[in-house]
Amino acid sequence: MPQFIPNSLRSGPDENGHFGAYGGRFVAETLMPLILEVEKAYEAAKADPSFQAELDYYLEHYVGRPSPLYFAERLTRHFGGAKIYLKRDELNHTGAHKINNCIGQIILAKRMGKTRIIAETGAGQHGVATATVAALFNLPCVVYMGETDMARQAPNVFRMKLLGAEVRGVTSGTATLKDAMNEALRDWVSHVDDTFYIIGTVAGPHPYPAMVRDFQSVIGVETRAQLAKAENGRLPDTLVAAIGGGSNAMGLFHPFLDDASVRMVGVEAAGHGVDTGMHAASLAGGEPGVLHGNRTYLLQDDDGQIIDAHSISAGLDYPGIGPEHAWLHDIKRVEYVSATDDEALEAFQLCAKLEGIIPALEPSHALAHVSRLAPTLPKDHLLVMNMCGRGDKDIFAVAAHLGVTL
Amino acid sequence: MSRISRRFADLREQGRAGLITFLTAGDPDMATFETALAGLPEAGADLIEVGVPFSDPMADGPAIQAAGLRALKSGTKLRHILAAVGRFRRADENTPIILMGYYNPIFHYGIEAFTTDAAEAGVDGLIIVDLPPEESDEFLPSATRAGLELIRLTAPTSDDARLPKVLKGAGGFVYHVAIAGITGTRSASIADVQPVVERIRRHTNLPVAIGFGIRTPDQAAATAAIADAVVVGSALVETVAANLNAEGKAGPGLVAALHAQVAALAAGVRRVARGK
Repeated sequence: MPQFIPNSLRSGPDENGHFGAYGGRFVAETLMPLILEVEKAYEAAKADPSFQAELDYYLEHYVGRPSPLYFAERLTRHFGGAKIYLKRDELNHTGAHKINNCIGQIILAKRMGKTRIIAETGAGQHGVATATVAALFNLPCVVYMGETDMARQAPNVFRMKLLGAEVRGVTSGTATLKDAMNEALRDWVSHVDDTFYIIGTVAGPHPYPAMVRDFQSVIGVETRAQLAKAENGRLPDTLVAAIGGGSNAMGLFHPFLDDASVRMVGVEAAGHGVDTGMHAASLAGGEPGVLHGNRTYLLQDDDGQIIDAHSISAGLDYPGIGPEHAWLHDIKRVEYVSATDDEALEAFQLCAKLEGIIPALEPSHALAHVSRLAPTLPKDHLLVMNMCGRGDKDIFAVAAHLGVTL
Repeated sequence: MSRISRRFADLREQGRAGLITFLTAGDPDMATFETALAGLPEAGADLIEVGVPFSDPMADGPAIQAAGLRALKSGTKLRHILAAVGRFRRADENTPIILMGYYNPIFHYGIEAFTTDAAEAGVDGLIIVDLPPEESDEFLPSATRAGLELIRLTAPTSDDARLPKVLKGAGGFVYHVAIAGITGTRSASIADVQPVVERIRRHTNLPVAIGFGIRTPDQAAATAAIADAVVVGSALVETVAANLNAEGKAGPGLVAALHAQVAALAAGVRRVARGK
């Protein structure tokens, strides 16, 4: 039987939250009414122009959008191939793309009459962004963070506390991002009446993967207009973005999915190498399974137990990937590759020296792939990379890896 | 009639509610678990839930999380659990066994292979915490073909609009989660639970078991007055934890302590007479 080819790759998910075989709502019955309520409220908000108007207001005046699309002339000359543009989402308030989504979700929470915000965080970027919007909207906020991550991201823990959030250390399981997400889900089940859970990536039960994607799509929508203006109405030829859960990549890619000429490359974190077992590349080294409310590719052992991810970048250190990416991988619309810790570190330093931009370790993975790809492409090839976060938070980790004592 | 239905018919005949015990398979090791399991019916368990450990138990509180980690650390795999159920079943033909856990280990085992092997081992029912009716179409036909009953969970948040959807395709009994929360944390008051149970009964003729937060013989007795069965899990798992030696291995009194606790809970449940 021929595979069903939809007219658009942008119409997903179906009414049950499925992207092909992925996504869905794999949650305990106690949570079902809550996620159905979020879905209903989000559908209503999307149809309400005042919701979009409020979102646009905060994106412009608080987040600082649109973020620039910057022609990286020195990186372009250095690689000697494709013309490289950086989408500067690291210039957003709080220093990463995460806040695009948090603003959207907290406005929704407010519309739903919720009075308490919870979130999970790995590196602390989503936690900081959530604590920030919770402060702005005057809502109490609890952020769950694995104790392992709290130790390696101490500055972000302090930031969240300054912003008025309570940071609860998670010691269960392996005390990292996946356990923080388990704990946030447990909190939500225990506070069903008043609490809104702001999930930080394009994962979790439906409607989160679609909703987070929609809020992050501002990245791709702006890129399309900005590049057209800079390059005589042209579309990009290649888009490159780093992938942990995959929200910055989905935000950049989604508006271009139906433009067949646009090649898209997602870069997973290969840690010490995909064949070492110490990595976070769910597509390259995982298998389909069910975790945190959705079916997707997961790092797991031969008995279906989830394995810890490893990456130098705490933000990519997640054993799964958003379900829409899993689907785009299977239908081969997006290419997924990986970059190791060492390659990311090298790209991190190169970008700082050549462009005067200290990137976060997450987009450093994307840049590591750009360094492989750009030299092979012609000079009129337009490549856009999402610079999804700045590296201030990473200088301590990078110094340690480079053997420098601060 | 299935083993679960037969057991609930017997309980009605005896004019009392049943006691359902939960232990995590392989906690703290498979041999100790199997010894505990074998003695549960005699201690007073009417139905037995066997927890399948999972690395990410989203709906469980600290006690059952820790039990799962102990079981995984001792090397417990799903196939070992099915083998243990098979050994139990050869000695006990009447006590229903219900596997309770999360979907990923089952999905990874393979839906067809798992349902076939589980039924062959003598498993009667399944509670898959994160497989709601919206997602169970891929699973239910294989389970039904193999003769396994898929037991649905209801929660305080399950309203009249939601219940028909939850109960469609439900088998065995309904497991009502008494609190909006995770296992082993809070206890619900009977006054709060009773109207919800009445609501559930308006939607189904299946027996209703109540669990989450029931720890003592008195709580079991109070719950037995409104339920067809009472589930106790975290309190038993905590007894396992309390009887570990310094190295985290089973102490000498572990199994006896569990069986004594089950006997006391069973006595609580049996204190309450129910109409036939």
